[in-house]
Amino acid sequence: MNVNELRNFFPALETEIFGKKLVYFDNAASSQRYIRAVKRQEDLSLHCNANIHRAVHKLSADATEEYESTRNAVKDFLNASSREEIVFTSGTTNSINLVAFSFGETFIHEGDEIVVSEAEHHSDIVPWQMLCSRKNAVLKVIKVDDNGILDIDSLTSALSERTRIVAVTHISNVLGLVNPVREIISICHSKGIPVLIDGAQGIVHQRVDVQELDCDFYAFSGHKIYASTGTGVLYGKKKWLEAMIPYMGGGEMIDHVSFSGTTYAPLPGKFEAGTQNFNSIPTLKDSIELFKLLQDNELKLYCDKVSSFMYDALTSDSRIKLYGVPCGTVSKIPLYSITVKGVHHEDLALLLDKMGIATRSGQMCAEPLMDRFGVTGMLRISLAPYNTMEEAQYFIKCLDKAIAMLS
Amino acid sequence: MEGINSNKSLAEVENGIIEDFSMYEEWLDKYEYLIDLGKNLEPYPESARTEDRLIKGCQSRVWLDSKFEDGKLYFAADSDAIITKGIISLLISVYSGRTPQEILSSDFSFIDKIGLKENLSPTRSNGLVSMISTIKALALEKSNV
Ligand SMILES: Cc1ncc(COP(=O)(O)O)c(C=O)c1O
Repeated sequence: MNVNELRNFFPALETEIFGKKLVYFDNAASSQRYIRAVKRQEDLSLHCNANIHRAVHKLSADATEEYESTRNAVKDFLNASSREEIVFTSGTTNSINLVAFSFGETFIHEGDEIVVSEAEHHSDIVPWQMLCSRKNAVLKVIKVDDNGILDIDSLTSALSERTRIVAVTHISNVLGLVNPVREIISICHSKGIPVLIDGAQGIVHQRVDVQELDCDFYAFSGHKIYASTGTGVLYGKKKWLEAMIPYMGGGEMIDHVSFSGTTYAPLPGKFEAGTQNFNSIPTLKDSIELFKLLQDNELKLYCDKVSSFMYDALTSDSRIKLYGVPCGTVSKIPLYSITVKGVHHEDLALLLDKMGIATRSGQMCAEPLMDRFGVTGMLRISLAPYNTMEEAQYFIKCLDKAIAMLS
Repeated sequence: MEGINSNKSLAEVENGIIEDFSMYEEWLDKYEYLIDLGKNLEPYPESARTEDRLIKGCQSRVWLDSKFEDGKLYFAADSDAIITKGIISLLISVYSGRTPQEILSSDFSFIDKIGLKENLSPTRSNGLVSMISTIKALALEKSNV
């Protein structure tokens, strides 16, 4: 498959912005929607809309089948050992909050320690801070070096007798570097400490096999992998999910309810209280199908060419500083956060927008990382496989023009 | 801190800006003009670059200093982003050196009319939005004295 054939699956790419053809380089914030996902959601809403799990009628049975077959598809996609380990959520943030609450309320006590990295998105920091303040627990932070590479020594020294869980991102949404999660997990497991992986960016660019990784939790969002908004997944090892108290109480998550005591439903229902997003969750099946299409060799070679062009263009310009520099075994996804000497990131993003290019500027929900690098924000350019070499070249030309206007 | 256009009425200055901007058809030309205004903004007094005068936005930061003298409000402002500075320059040229009543009579819609509304939408949570609310609040406060 070539890139133009792929683009046909994403009608939004044909949008015009300020009279210019849209160049969508904000994929790390949210990807464009895959046409088959859009169609499935529409079809389900129009022709198969009934609350799942509850009723005996045909429509409800069909809707339930769509929803539950998605769980099987996600289980296979992640190579989880059972479908009970796949919990549907509204997104990464929801998945992490679920763990911070349910794992936290079950296993965290005063004086216990939780470890995160300084490259985390706010949604993998704040839920843990909230837990720490509820429990009088302590949040410890792993450092990254000047290239943005996670410092494994600082992980080792952060771990103690009191460490109860480690939460790190698979790929930072600012640095774009693939963290050595396999190594991190085995270090933590050698001390009996479970690990949550924030996979919001990881799932987009990596083949994730949760058994091979041996992670205890893996969280991601559907809207970054071309599926509908409001869809997400929490993978959790059965032994943890079974031991954890529920996150929310309500319909569907119960076994028996009475005023003398309530018992909870078995997994995964225990963590899916209330009416679920049954029109949208099945679009994850389309993402999974698309993921397979994206393994096409021609497409992969093309992506690599576009990525190297971008990387070379951005690193050969002395006015530009790139954050997240790959070295050794640490590779980088096509995500480039930069600052330009003497030029404000917001100004760059505003001018690029007027040239039809969508980028992200600001703190990117990672204020501690901005502080680490001593900047108020950055400009982030994040590509998807449907972005073309022409777009990349046009971007570099426009960036140059914007810098000239602002200098 | 001067009232740059005090010999014209507030509405006249607003209309002048709308006219200036109507000359530019291309978006980039509008922004080029704003960048120019930003570069030529009267320097902000270093002594007023204090935490309490800093309006923290999501992206750019804005410093705003004001004084009330002889029944008129005067503003000086600055930003770390140049396009924001350009818009600040417009706001100062319209509102600095005006009486609180004059300021309250403006609905700030000229920003919308020159096509910069997106920069001032409250959901953008940038310093400019807070700058405008601060100007309005000051005008309201002083109009009651
Ligand atoms: C690394 C990372 N973690 C967490 C999130 C939060 O994802 P969501 O907003 O979809 O819950 C994002 C997305 O912005 C992200 O990039």
